[in-house]
Amino acid sequence: MNFFFAQMPFDGTLPYLNEIWFVLVGVLFTGYVMLDGFDLGVGALHLFTKTDEERRYMLNAIGPVWDGNEVWLVTGGGALFAAFPEVYATIFSGFYLAFVLLLFSLIFRAVAIEFRSKRPEAWWRKTWDFLFSLGSVLSSFLIGVAIGNIVWGIPLDQDHEFAGSFLGLLGPYPILLGITTVALFAMHGAIYVVMKTEGELQARARGWITNTIIFFVLMYAATSLATLLYIPRMAAPLQTHPWLFAIPLLNVLAIANIPREIHLGNEFKAFLSSCAAMIALMALFGVGMFPHLVFCHTEPANSLDIVNAASSQKTLGIMLIIACMGVPIVLAYTVCIYWIFRGKVKLESMSY
Amino acid sequence: MDVLLLSRIQFAFTVAFHYIYPPLSIGLGMVLVIMEGMWIRTGEKAYHEMARFWTKIFALTFAMGVATGIVMEFEFGTNWATYSRYVGDVFGSALAAEGIFAFFLESGFLAVLLFGWNKVGPKMHFFSTCMVCLGAHFSAVWIVVANSWQQTPAGYHIVGEGMHARAEITDFWAMVFSPSSMDRLSHTVVGAWQAGAFFVVSVSAYYLLKRRHLDFAQRCMKVGLALALAGSLLQLVTGDISAKHVAVNQPAKLAAYEGLYHTEVAPLYVFGWVNENEQKIQFGFAIPKMLSYLTYGDVNRPVTGLEEFAPKDRPPINFVFQTYHAMVAIGFGLIGLSLLGMFLWWRGLLFAEVGWVRKLVLPLMVASVLGPQFANQLGWFSAEVGRQPWIVYGLLRTSDALSKVVKADAVLTSLILFTTIYLLLFGLFIFLLNEKIQHGPDHEKDAGEPHPYTPPQILDQPRA
Repeated sequence: MNFFFAQMPFDGTLPYLNEIWFVLVGVLFTGYVMLDGFDLGVGALHLFTKTDEERRYMLNAIGPVWDGNEVWLVTGGGALFAAFPEVYATIFSGFYLAFVLLLFSLIFRAVAIEFRSKRPEAWWRKTWDFLFSLGSVLSSFLIGVAIGNIVWGIPLDQDHEFAGSFLGLLGPYPILLGITTVALFAMHGAIYVVMKTEGELQARARGWITNTIIFFVLMYAATSLATLLYIPRMAAPLQTHPWLFAIPLLNVLAIANIPREIHLGNEFKAFLSSCAAMIALMALFGVGMFPHLVFCHTEPANSLDIVNAASSQKTLGIMLIIACMGVPIVLAYTVCIYWIFRGKVKLESMSY
Repeated sequence: MDVLLLSRIQFAFTVAFHYIYPPLSIGLGMVLVIMEGMWIRTGEKAYHEMARFWTKIFALTFAMGVATGIVMEFEFGTNWATYSRYVGDVFGSALAAEGIFAFFLESGFLAVLLFGWNKVGPKMHFFSTCMVCLGAHFSAVWIVVANSWQQTPAGYHIVGEGMHARAEITDFWAMVFSPSSMDRLSHTVVGAWQAGAFFVVSVSAYYLLKRRHLDFAQRCMKVGLALALAGSLLQLVTGDISAKHVAVNQPAKLAAYEGLYHTEVAPLYVFGWVNENEQKIQFGFAIPKMLSYLTYGDVNRPVTGLEEFAPKDRPPINFVFQTYHAMVAIGFGLIGLSLLGMFLWWRGLLFAEVGWVRKLVLPLMVASVLGPQFANQLGWFSAEVGRQPWIVYGLLRTSDALSKVVKADAVLTSLILFTTIYLLLFGLFIFLLNEKIQHGPDHEKDAGEPHPYTPPQILDQPRA
């Protein structure tokens, strides 16, 4: 192994490592919103079901995959720590209470899934149903608020320490993005439910798709308008490189394709369209931010970018090897596992 | 209270609470591999029943492990931002590797393990169980590698000065195989096997006492006991090696473990109370020259005492002494119990109607689930508190590692919330665990066939 690694050119000779890691961290977080997005969305819609059995179908639709989906967040966090430790340290200490709240939301929804169906009493199940839903909505909202703050810019001092307050994080733009995220995940979740269920529940979920798409498109329009008006730097790369306009175009087409595929009965294609829309949104976020990772609107020179926030070239090189070895294997068995659990969900003795 | 103390309490509390679950995942993972492996080999339905029962227990501990583990991934950033900036280059890569190599494997194949009984064939299911077990072990590898680098930093150099100094990797494999990593990894993993094995022993002994599911309980007891004995004996070896190497790598820590102030040919205290003011051990029982012998294999070689270190570089001594000695004592207790259990099994007394076995040994076995749990916690406490006052041994002090922007009131708020929620979760966990144990294994008519769905007893009425 030592010999193998000794041959690797990570003494700083591999070019574009910082750029590659900007993309890779982005890929991990995109994987997270695309995958955990649908189970957070299922959580947001959970209370709109009518019967206990329907709720069990909702939970078991995400049952085999939800904790694997959360691993994308954990790995994204680890990759951020390894590749851009300054960002990891600044964001998580700066957004302290917000992140503690996010962690609690994630904890509650995780244990709610596990605990809910263990007891038959109605009050027990209703309590966990409520906590599951609340945890899911709050997680989605806080993820959106965090992204909103990063897009809007936060105050940083010369040592890259956060110089704002907790309440300062709850500006109008971050809240708008928080609500947009809830809408996006709810839409994504509704499509997933239609894909995984049959009968009455599926018919109801079709109604949710219609409502959530309208909700999302309105929020998306408002967010886009606000971004263009107040944060023109996010759109600047699209002005200088007009071919990048393909991304928002793809985004709009993907969203428009969802109702079409649902209408044609191609549920899986509708889900893929929704995934494509999310990829495009994350790509827009990445393109707008590049090369910054955290923008400081009070003093742009204090911003964190792919150079001043990064680990050493050697570490980025080692991490790239780890990613190249690990990620293809991860993708291969993740696809296999989704394949094993394809089709409509059934309730069995081991179900939630 | 100051932010340093609060942050340390919060980290200690959240990590200790989290650490109830991963050892069970690792240990029960081994148990599941053994049980399902025996099912595949023999085709006996009883083993299938065992695997399914323990899978349900595994699922519960795993969910708790995931829920509390996400907190750990981000707590370095939230509370220890200066530390994160300082070590991110080194420590972060181990954490990221844990995510890529371990967590995905574990949680991905967990889906098949839990929900795939009727979706894949027995061999594919067994393969998934093995992958979950392997993933759990990989997670131990990377987190212990990361932690060991804090104990015995290697393969790095310091870049920058003052505020902007940080550690960067110079040799990845030297970082992974830092002087203490393999000792500590083996000790941690074997401790996890013990946690899983004694859990099985405990539940089996409970069923035997209550005369429930007797065939099931006996079979489980045999698997549990075999792993428990192997683990407990192996732990003696890994513990001995670890302590010998601590003497070389972190002499201040070994001196604190043993309450040794003066560099001398040292006795080994079996128990005692360290009077830190008078710098001596009171109410103790010592074996002369034993520590020198255990450390160096030489009864006349002096062992480094705490006097070699400035008081500001010493860990809290009595705390480390007590936690370390309690861990060792429990370790020997577990060896004794598993040897006794094996002996009784061999003589055909364990499952027979023998009065003293039912009155003494089985109740002790029921309680034994707590043994590895306490030993694991106490061991980590002595290892981590023994590293103090350093967060990275010899490089960065814990007091310099905090998040500069996080104030005491914010940490106090989060600490109160964590405490409340975790205690609540722990209560629920114990409650649901008890439910599952009281429910016992599902007797199957025909293993592997899909089960007909029976709706839950109480449904809420349709609202429409």
